[in-house]
Amino acid sequence: MSINDLWTTMHGMVFGFIFLLGFAGALVGVYMMKSEWLTTEGTNANVSRLRIFLWLLAIAVWLAVFSGTYIVYPWYRAAPPEGLTDLTNFPRFLLLANESTAFWHKFGMEWKEHVAFISPMAATVVAFVAQYYGAALARKPEIRRWVMIFFVVAFFAASIAGMFGAFITKAAPIR
Amino acid sequence: MTTAEINKPNGPVAAALLAGGIGSAVLGLATFGSEASEAIGASLNWYKPVGPLMGKSSLGIIAFFLFWAILNYIWKGKETNFTRVATIAMVLVVIGLILTFPPAWGILLGGE
Repeated sequence: MSINDLWTTMHGMVFGFIFLLGFAGALVGVYMMKSEWLTTEGTNANVSRLRIFLWLLAIAVWLAVFSGTYIVYPWYRAAPPEGLTDLTNFPRFLLLANESTAFWHKFGMEWKEHVAFISPMAATVVAFVAQYYGAALARKPEIRRWVMIFFVVAFFAASIAGMFGAFITKAAPIR
Repeated sequence: MTTAEINKPNGPVAAALLAGGIGSAVLGLATFGSEASEAIGASLNWYKPVGPLMGKSSLGIIAFFLFWAILNYIWKGKETNFTRVATIAMVLVVIGLILTFPPAWGILLGGE
């Protein structure tokens, strides 16, 4: 495995996947924070785990966007030397060279690279709210509802990035 | 859970949500601006290997943390109209989502 493979895997399959896989559990955790469903002991135990979980997810998605932007993306968009015909090591140019694959850059990569940044901001807001209110979040149904909406937005943005990342890596892997 | 915890003012939470919306909208506006004008795109090219993406994403992140700090300072210890603030925040997030969606650039730029 090359360094490029390693970082591409870390970006998508480690940092990105931690967030995508952890989302459902954390969303259920926030949803279940209802005072009428939980005892005080249950709420306190639940919120301690939830706080840690939400901060871990927020950190994971920040790491995913930063590793993607500053480590993997420069390899993706590197320009080939003039006259080079084998574009295998230059994914962006490889995709754009063929009409049937240009879509993956013009739509997939262009969407993915931008929308992804909404995810860590939204996930950080969610983690902060859980940190701030703690167990009292169980008595704040409206705030909990908005937190879940923000969290779904974070997941939506991350899943677009993850899905197109997987497709683009299939069409033109970074080597 | 104490009464003090339950009665914590919602100002800091409203500040975080609104800052998230502002960060998303600024990201979207920078992305759209970069598509609309080559000069804006060039001005956002802060680091050549990453290209304008660095400027666009950094502006969004800076706006997020900067407005979070400012709004938190203003609303610390205060109660806000949370529904209104959260609705505005969500509208801003949707603006960010629309302006980072490539087909929207063509539509907004008149089919370019």
